[in-house]
Amino acid sequence: MNASVISVILYLLLGPVVGGLLAGSDRKITARMQGRQGPSVLQPFYDLFKLFNKQAVVVNNVQDFLVWGFLVFIVFTGCLFFSGGDLLLVFFALTLAGIFFIMSACSANSPYSSMGAQRELMQMMAYEPMVLLVGIGFYIVTGSFAVKDIIVFSNIPAIVYMPGIFLGFLWILVIKFRKSPFDLSTTHHAHQEMVKGLTTELSGNILALVELSHWYENVFLLGIVGLFVMTSDWWSGLIAVAVCILSYFLEILVDNTFPRVKWEVMLKSTWIVTLIAGVINIMILTLIK
Amino acid sequence: MPVIAFLICFPFFAAAILSFMKKHGKTRKYFIFTCCILIVAAVLYFVTDALLSGKNATYLTETHAVDTLMLVAEIGIMGLVIYYGVRYKKYYVALLSAAQTGLIVWLELSGGSEIEGMHIVADKLTIIMCLIIGVIGTLICVYAVGYMKDYHAHHTDFKDRRPFFFAMLFVFLGAMFGLVFSSNLTWIYFFWEITSICSFLLIGYNKSQEAINNSFKALWMNLLGGLGFAVAIVYCAKQLHVVELEKLVTMGTGTEIALIPVILLAFAGLTKSAQMPFSGWLLGAMVAPTPTSALLHSATMVKAGVYLLIRLAPALSGNLAGMMVTTVGGFTFFITSLLAISQSDGKKVLAYSTISNLGLITACAGVGLHEAVWAGVLLMMFHAVSKSLMFLSVGAVENSIGSRNIEDMHGLIVKLPELAFIMIVGIAGMFLAPFGMLISKWAALKAFVDSNSVLLVIFVVFGSSSTLFYWTKWLGKLVAMIHNSERLPNTTKGSEWFSLISQAFIMIALCISFPVASLYLVEPFLGDMFHNEVPAIISSGNVNIMLMMLCMIVILPIAVRLLTFGKKKKVVMSYMGGGNAGNDRSFVDSFGDKKGMYLANWYMEDYFGEKKLLMPSLVLAAAAIIILMVIAIGGAL
Amino acid sequence: MLKVSKSPWLLHYDGSSCNGCDIEVLACLTPVYDVERFGIINTGNPKHADIFLITGGINAQNEPVVKQIYAQMPNPKVVVAVGICACNGGIFKDCYNILGGVDKVLPVDIYVPGCAARPEAIMDGVVQAVALLDEKRKKFRKGATE
Repeated sequence: MNASVISVILYLLLGPVVGGLLAGSDRKITARMQGRQGPSVLQPFYDLFKLFNKQAVVVNNVQDFLVWGFLVFIVFTGCLFFSGGDLLLVFFALTLAGIFFIMSACSANSPYSSMGAQRELMQMMAYEPMVLLVGIGFYIVTGSFAVKDIIVFSNIPAIVYMPGIFLGFLWILVIKFRKSPFDLSTTHHAHQEMVKGLTTELSGNILALVELSHWYENVFLLGIVGLFVMTSDWWSGLIAVAVCILSYFLEILVDNTFPRVKWEVMLKSTWIVTLIAGVINIMILTLIK
Repeated sequence: MPVIAFLICFPFFAAAILSFMKKHGKTRKYFIFTCCILIVAAVLYFVTDALLSGKNATYLTETHAVDTLMLVAEIGIMGLVIYYGVRYKKYYVALLSAAQTGLIVWLELSGGSEIEGMHIVADKLTIIMCLIIGVIGTLICVYAVGYMKDYHAHHTDFKDRRPFFFAMLFVFLGAMFGLVFSSNLTWIYFFWEITSICSFLLIGYNKSQEAINNSFKALWMNLLGGLGFAVAIVYCAKQLHVVELEKLVTMGTGTEIALIPVILLAFAGLTKSAQMPFSGWLLGAMVAPTPTSALLHSATMVKAGVYLLIRLAPALSGNLAGMMVTTVGGFTFFITSLLAISQSDGKKVLAYSTISNLGLITACAGVGLHEAVWAGVLLMMFHAVSKSLMFLSVGAVENSIGSRNIEDMHGLIVKLPELAFIMIVGIAGMFLAPFGMLISKWAALKAFVDSNSVLLVIFVVFGSSSTLFYWTKWLGKLVAMIHNSERLPNTTKGSEWFSLISQAFIMIALCISFPVASLYLVEPFLGDMFHNEVPAIISSGNVNIMLMMLCMIVILPIAVRLLTFGKKKKVVMSYMGGGNAGNDRSFVDSFGDKKGMYLANWYMEDYFGEKKLLMPSLVLAAAAIIILMVIAIGGAL
Repeated sequence: MLKVSKSPWLLHYDGSSCNGCDIEVLACLTPVYDVERFGIINTGNPKHADIFLITGGINAQNEPVVKQIYAQMPNPKVVVAVGICACNGGIFKDCYNILGGVDKVLPVDIYVPGCAARPEAIMDGVVQAVALLDEKRKKFRKGATE
């Protein structure tokens, strides 16, 4: 009980810090890969501060509330996860947060944000099966959906049983982190074909909240990556952190290597990967257990 | 017992009186309201009595007079069907009806069904079904009063047959009560047939060519199921010497003796619940007025099919019948949710969604284990409430804006805020955490994983994501805030409002109180059915977290409002590359002219359209049913 | 340390430019000049931008567009006119369709002359604009309306 409270507090306080540093190192490493110097690793914090200091212009009076809903439920998802809660409920809460975000874009009734919303919805449809399979995979291996049970289940990391699911999860992380080739709806890259997609009509402190939500979300997602590697031994935590860093680096590499694809390619490839990597893994697991 | 008799017979009596009340006025309106109040009162009395006494009740071993009456009625129904079949030159309908009624008449007359047993049962599942039929059903009848007035004001080309319409609604309620209270297979069959006829007559209400064609489609598919039902009854009576559903299920659990009637009854359930390949009739039934769609084709009649499957659940576990049911159910869940993506007609989306959810309940029943049936019952409860709410609000919106196309509901939150809000509550209730359908889907997923049905897990997992897509699309259309839209005049009648708001409350109340319902109704029912205890599928910790989420969703708008009170935000135009014409609805093109901007949802008909997906899925589902039935029946003979 | 000027996001708009200055602006983003090390991002969206970078002169067709984009930018904001055409119309100054430089329709803060303006000059101008942003932010916080 105490451990979960401490984890939640750590997540709430350190989440933005870690998330911001992740975003900053993303930009730095991307720049170095492109032969540039790149901004400081603290740049995302400067960005956030600037956004909080800008005037907020809106197109209607509900988009703010919807973005707050997005932030609140992302933080709720992360807190639920880090306090050891039920993994499927965590993913359902994540879906709820995503819906709030899409609603804020739809409410703006503007061409770019609406297109972004449809594309974001398509992205959600693409990754949702894999995400649910992750939860189910953990359940079959450890007999419980609760994160606190999964961590201490045995001294063999779950990834040994679920390599396919792990690879499938890394695949959909490309979508979740909003990286090429699957950054259809909105991205941190410069000028994209749909202006800024989902976030086109957001500005000032509301845009800052979206950034913050993305940082919390990224920390949570890396937490799931770590979950694949954690065992009941304390030093597995260090290995988990290393695996997270490596996975994040892999995502950055993929981002810089592949161009954006059309939604058909994203949907088909993701569902096929889910079927092959995820489902076959599940079938093997049900046979073993 | 007298309450039960009242519940079954009173609606028929009310229907008879209603068919004579030709004048459209307050008398009829208040008469309907009074009948509804009486039915609700009777249901509540029955439920309280049953819960307090705590035990299941069975009645009536001596029913010869009633049986004869039913036989006469069945022949009458056959006559009606043959008449319509001949009149509209749909002879296959007449043949089907003659075949099944012929079988039953032969059985009765040859004394084959004179087997001792109870005819009425009242257990916990009956309580749940009674509440659904009694409360939701009557709320829909209340709604129908206001709705039909607007309907005929808009559709002056349709003949106003409202007395007939209301009478049919009550006949249907009576038949449903009869169905859920019966434990004798011939009685269930009798009420089953009445519901098929009601559906047929109500779909063809406006007598347009499309309506007539669709009503016959519904009729032949339901009659085909009825034929399966009749064959099952004959087999049971002659070969197995049982006519009680309970006894059949006990006999069929774990053995192969009763496989043939069980699989035939399951087949009947599949047709009634519009599973693939019989989904066409439900889609076609959308041409009927909205109260019909809500009452028959989402909240109650199609529930009769899954109700039968749930009753059969222990006898479906682990055998070919169960395999057929789970495969068809899971596949239907997935494919119809893909098909719903390509539809823009609101009622068609709701129809596909209904079939999809029924598929999930079917799959739960087919798995036949404690956890799965728990999920199935919960799904049934939540779906009945949420879906009727959705249908009723679509009907009200259709009367106000003249269209039920989702594209025309763009910006509804500004044009018709109250209706839009109720619709948002309804849609959220269909797929979002922490609302009901999500809870049941979660339980179903867990149950499928526990029973090692990998195929079902795949179907559910992919189907959930496509479900998410078409509901959120619709939600997005509703919340678009188009600048300077005007509020439309709201022509929704008081009775419609009463019904809509009551149902919204019931839905939210059910989301909060489902653990109580589970504890006092569902768990005892499952304990009787499976003779085992299973730990709570959704633990109390998770229930608390979901309550927290519900509170957060409610508090959030209030909190944001309070925090930003007084701070004025600058409102600017939306970004259209600098070419916004100033009103957020049009942009200036390169010639300097204004062009209207139109935002549409994605329908992706090339991938998810009926042209692409329907034929292959009908073929696959039909093949699954035929192959599995042939193997099962062939193997058992 | 935490100043608005640490994260200046710019919006690049081509008024009626021959694209010479635009190519130089985009060159600033390339590894050779790498403007992102100052935290500058080229967003395509006025609502996200602090700096409005305009190339090319103003004509009758883009006058309302420029005004609209400027109006959709939240405060504090600065306008940078890049290239001589944006400053005063350049070699097209006497054309029948050109109204003149950007200052005919918007309050310009920084002028970067050149034809085409060199990346170093553009970056110099942007850096000065960024310093202006801090001042404007102070004024904005003091309660300057709008």
